[in-house]
Amino acid sequence: MTAPALARALDLITRVRGVRGAMVVSRSDGLVVAEQLMEGIKGSAVAALASSLAGRLQRAMISAGLGSSQFWHLQCDQGALLVVPAGAEHGLLLVAVTEADVNVGLVRLELLRAAETAV
Amino acid sequence: MTIRAVETWTLEPLTTYVTEAGARLVLLMTPAGQVLAQSGFSRAVDVMAASALGAAIVASTSELARLMSQPPFAGLSHQGQRNGIFLSAFDTDRGPLVVLVVYELDASSLGLVQLFLEQLVADLRAASPKTGVPKQVLAADFERDLNDSLNSLFGR
Repeated sequence: MTAPALARALDLITRVRGVRGAMVVSRSDGLVVAEQLMEGIKGSAVAALASSLAGRLQRAMISAGLGSSQFWHLQCDQGALLVVPAGAEHGLLLVAVTEADVNVGLVRLELLRAAETAV
Repeated sequence: MTIRAVETWTLEPLTTYVTEAGARLVLLMTPAGQVLAQSGFSRAVDVMAASALGAAIVASTSELARLMSQPPFAGLSHQGQRNGIFLSAFDTDRGPLVVLVVYELDASSLGLVQLFLEQLVADLRAASPKTGVPKQVLAADFERDLNDSLNSLFGR
């Protein structure tokens, strides 16, 4: 994982129409590792809360005997949060902030590709 | 969750912070180590030790910053395997204050602690008394003030 590789991966994610920003978040401490966000998105807040959510979801899925998460899609009124756990033993999260009418499948594909190649 | 305050204006901001950040222990104090409020501590001796050590850390890092010709550090984080400690100093109308936060990595994170700290600082600044200059802490008064604070915090 290098800074230029992360920047390239985020660039590919944010090129998808309807994506307002993407970032790599450290799952254990909820801090931003790399980001490409449009103005108005509070990256540090999204990172902290996404990492907190990841921990709780992980516990819920382990309790339900479902294993670890592969992809989350949180649909909201004005957009969506798409997240793919990445890195060694999922130490990172790849997060995309999107508009409501985004092609979720395409963003998911780019997130998974970035998780495999850049992280 | 037990939150107690020597200065009651700190109570509401601190309660909100502890709930939202998922902090295990929080200590709000002056840079001299005078405790204004605490959350989660059950023994006075722990508050005494934590406030003294926290104040010493802030003093030593401020001196390091001064040697580097930098303004004092805004925050200091130390993370272990299960717990993390975060220390931050900020100004209010009451005078400079220091907050020491201990969080469990299972329940919170450095990101959450920092995120809600911004709100805590804003709430404390809004709630802090606007009048009166903070009194200088004299060595002779320190022990008495400390005992008074601990008596208030632990209801003795």
